[in-house]
Parts: sequence; C-alpha cells; structure tokens
Amino acid sequence: MDPTQASSQQAASRTAILGAARPRYGEKLIRVILFAFALVSVLTTTGIIVSLLGNTIDFFDVVSIWDYITGGEWSPLFSDPKFGVWPLVNGTLLVTAVALVVAIPLGLGTAIYLSEYASRRVRKAIKPFLELLAGIPTIVFGYFALTYFTPVVLKQFLGIEVGSFNALSAGIIMGFMVLPTIASVSEDGMSAVPASLREGAYGLGASKLQVSLRIVFPAALSGIVAAIVLGVSRAIGETMIVLIAGGQIPNTGIDPREAFETMTAFIAATGKGDVPTGSIGYQTIFAVGFTLFVITLLLNAVSIRFVRKYRQVYE
Amino acid sequence: MNLSRFLITVVATATVAVGVTACGGSDTSSSASTDAGAAVSGSIAIDGSSTVFPFAQAAAEEFQTKNPDAKVTVGESGTGGGFEKFCNGEIQIADASRSIKDEEIALCKKGSIKYSEVQIANDGIAIVTNKDLKITCMTTDQLKALWNKTSTVSNYKQLDPSFPDVKVSLFGPGTDSGTFDFFTEKINGKKGDTRKDYQPTEDDNVTVQGVSGEKGGLGYFGLSYYADNTDKLNLVAVNDGSGCVVPSAATVQDGSYKPLSRPLFMYINEADFTPAVKAFMGYVVDNADAIAKNAKIVAMTPAQQTEAKAALSKAEAGASGATTTTG
Repeated sequence: MDPTQASSQQAASRTAILGAARPRYGEKLIRVILFAFALVSVLTTTGIIVSLLGNTIDFFDVVSIWDYITGGEWSPLFSDPKFGVWPLVNGTLLVTAVALVVAIPLGLGTAIYLSEYASRRVRKAIKPFLELLAGIPTIVFGYFALTYFTPVVLKQFLGIEVGSFNALSAGIIMGFMVLPTIASVSEDGMSAVPASLREGAYGLGASKLQVSLRIVFPAALSGIVAAIVLGVSRAIGETMIVLIAGGQIPNTGIDPREAFETMTAFIAATGKGDVPTGSIGYQTIFAVGFTLFVITLLLNAVSIRFVRKYRQVYE
Repeated sequence: MNLSRFLITVVATATVAVGVTACGGSDTSSSASTDAGAAVSGSIAIDGSSTVFPFAQAAAEEFQTKNPDAKVTVGESGTGGGFEKFCNGEIQIADASRSIKDEEIALCKKGSIKYSEVQIANDGIAIVTNKDLKITCMTTDQLKALWNKTSTVSNYKQLDPSFPDVKVSLFGPGTDSGTFDFFTEKINGKKGDTRKDYQPTEDDNVTVQGVSGEKGGLGYFGLSYYADNTDKLNLVAVNDGSGCVVPSAATVQDGSYKPLSRPLFMYINEADFTPAVKAFMGYVVDNADAIAKNAKIVAMTPAQQTEAKAALSKAEAGASGATTTTG
C-alpha cells in the first residue's frame, strides 16, 4: 500500500469513528418532513398573494390606481360607481385608533401591575380572566357592542349622542378584544428583564413606580413595541366587530360617533352578498383585500426593524 | 377554595342564571290545516327577496311539520341575488318582490331554466322613522327630494318647515334588493337612482335596528317588518297627490296605498319540479291567506288567489311535459 492510500484509509476510519457507525436515514427523513411542514406556511402565504393578485390586476385594468388611491368616495356597487378607497382606509384607521386608545393604557397598565406589583395570589386570580377575555369570539363582541354597549352604556349611561352603528362603540369593544394580547405579550417582555436591574435600582433607593416606569419599561421596550404592533395588526384585520357594530357607510370624517365602514367590513358584507363573479364589484373585494395585505405587510416590516434596533440581550 | 376558582364559579353561575331567565318561550303559530295527502320527502332550496322571506319561512316551517322528511331551506340574498342563483340552477324556488328583469330572463335562458311566476302575496313598502321623530305624512315629492341621486338634504326641516329640526340618518336595502329596485323606480323615477350616503343592507332587521336607534333615523322596507316592530318605529303615511294613506293590509289590497304597493312572487324552476316542490307550492297557494297572516304579510285578494292557483296548474302542466318522472 502506498502512503496516500494508507492515510486516506486512516482518515476514513477516523471520520467513521467520529461520525455515526452507519448513516441514520430516519434522521434525514424527519428533517425533510419537518422542512416540508415549515414550507407549508411559505406556500400558503404565497398562494394567498397570488390569488389576490389575479383579480387585483384585473381591477386595476378598469380603475386607475390614481383614482383608487386619491378618490374620496367609495360606492362600487351603485349605478354610478366610485372607487376611491380612502373612506375605507379612514374607517379602518379611525376604529383602530379608538381601539388603541383603550387597549394600550389598559393593557400596559395591566402588564405592569401583574409583573411588578401583584402578589402571586392576585396574579393567579386575575390571569384566567385575562385569558377568558382573549378567548371570547369576536362575533360575540360585535353583538355585545351593538345590542348592549351602544344603547345602554353609551347612550343611556354616558349620554353620548351616537348613531346605532358607530365607530366609537366598535372601537372601544375592539380595544377590549385587543387588550389581552397587549397585556400578555408586554408582560412576557417585562418578566424577561433580569432581576439584577430591578434590585440594583431598589438598592439605590428607587420606589416601585420609579423602577417600573424608568427601569423595567425601557428595558422591555422592544417586547412592549412588539405587543403593541401585534395589537394593531389584530385591530386592523378585525372583521366581525366592525361588520356588526361599525356600520356600512364609507365615511371620510373623523367623528367616531358616526357610522364608518372599514376595509374588512366591506369585504365581508360584499362577499356575503351576491355580486356576480368576475364583475367589477367582485374584483373590488380582491383589490381591497390586497390593500389590507399591503398595509399589514408595511406595518410588520416597520415593527421588525424597530424591535431589532431596540432589543437588548441580557447575559 | 382559592380566589380565582371562587371568582370563576361566581361568574359562571351568574351567566347561567342570566341565560336561563333571558331565554323566552318560543312563539307558536297556528296555520291552516289542509293536507296534500301523504307526506313527501326531498329537499327544496329557496332564496331571494328579504321581503318575501317571512312568508317563505312561515310556509317552510308549517310544511316541514306536516312533512317531516322534507327539508326546506330559505335564504334572503335579495331578489337580484335570488334570481342569479335561480338562473344558475342552484335553487328551485326564487322569492321575488318584483318581476324578473330582462337581463335575468336572458340569464335564465342561458342556463336553460324554464320558469313559472306565481303570485303569493302583496306588499306595501313602509316608510318608517324613529319613534321620537314625529313625521306623520310625506308626499312622494318629498320622498324623491330626500332619496334621489343628487339629494343633499341633511335636515328634515329642509323638506318641509313643519318637520322637526333633526339631522337626517338614512337606512335602507342594498342594491341586490328588489325592494330597492322598486322604491327607486317608483319614487326617484329610475331603478337604481338613489343617494349613496345611507346604510345599505340586504337584511331588513339591520334597518330596523338602525332606525330605532337613531333620533333622525328613516328607512324603508316591506310592511311586515314594521308589523313586527310597531313598538320601536313610527309609520309614515304616503301622499301621492290624493291624500295621506297609511299602509295596511286593507289599503295595499284595494290599491289605495300608492305608488308603493306591489305583488310578491315565487318563481318555480319547471325543470326541477320535484314532488316535494309540487307539494310545497300546492300548500303555499292553498293556504296563502293563513301563511300571510302568520308572517304579517298582506294576503292576496280572492281574485289574485284564483289567478295564482291557475298559474300553478299551468306550471305543473308545463313541468310534467318537460320533465321525466322522478322517483
């Protein structure tokens, strides 16, 4: 045997000892299967985009993108149709804003209380209710808003002059729906702040409030921002509450006591009705759906960059 | 027991207690008892006008009680939506609050659907306002000024100085609705001619909810929806030049409630004239009076009833000529 052969044989036997005695085909198979599972989510998202895109392109063959984005009136199903999407976007943004005004203070306040102030017993008592709130179906929220919140709480109790369908009621109830999401994700973020930071502050004589707001809160900021962005995404994409309680009138105003149609409510109501397949009314569903998708995508992209920039990794 | 378990038990018990007391008894309705002989089986799909819906629903319930093996489903996609499904062959009976349109006739021809039209009831379109908005009568000109395509009326005082000074808030059927087509044609002069800033819906109950909840609420729908909600709504009489007429079964039947009176139809697919459909339509035509009373819909006059029976017989004759025997 010449020297090269001998050394390659030695090398082969060395790798054989370091690696497995024989190749494990089972491991390879599992890896491929699990990869396929992960691939399903990519394929599903791609599939959705492709299905939206087809009809959206057909839509923009008829309606110019400029008219769509800048037009101020949305009435695609009437005899003299107008295709300006702004009223729907306005409705979505307004209801989301109202929801956030409710959900962010209450959610963050709940999170701070549960992570910094509450005793173990109180925490164990309150957490199930938070989870229960998160589990209530949105259609139940919608009917609650329409049949109880608007007539009894807003009109009778608080005496506010609202319409039967209004963005205020839908927004506040949506805030309650989003609240558990914001509360639990920010609470996770706050719990991840190491105790050493808190203890250092206490050691220097800080009060509990100072520790919560000036030590823990900034340290957990990326988690809190992630929670808020998650809440915003849920609010923007929420359909049932606005469909039932928000109204079906496209509205460019900003008074939440009026009825506002959101993008999601439009898609649901038109889809439920009977527009002939392939007609321009049918294509509006896809165009608005695509718009919603783009907005959510932008929101996610911004939030990922923000979170990455401010994330603090602890040893 | 610990705090959270106690709280959950309290909440659960309270919920159950409220639920039990809130559930009222179901309303039973009596109806005529003419039997069509042996019970039939099979399924019937009905869809279309939301105005005809209470009638079709009442008929379906009674029919299914007498024929437990029959399954009748009733939808309310609007007259336009119903015709589309009908001409596609998706349903056997289309409820309609107007006659079939030309483009729908063409659609049915394309789908090779031969149909028969049978009148089953009458209807008046009720103009309703919020209980606190006391308007007793409106002329057809005022309605046109309020609802037409170019209308910018935002306060009832603009229509008439004697009307209350309240902001206008409009509700009504959407573009798929036969009620919408009929109202816009009779009041505004052209089908589909309407202002756009109102709350459209195919479900007239949503209109009831909207109008009853808003001080300046005004809406329009079939009379039966008013009859079901007299405690929440104020009915407006309509004056088309010959005096204010309040819509009611009597004024709709004798034609004095103008121009918003109209017949209600069921369109039958002659090619799909199964024994179940035949039995159902026979039941409907024979008991139209009782069903209409049940559903709070205006019944047909005796003359119209005779015509309906004749139309149905003609449909049966046409169907048996067109179809082969079904098991």
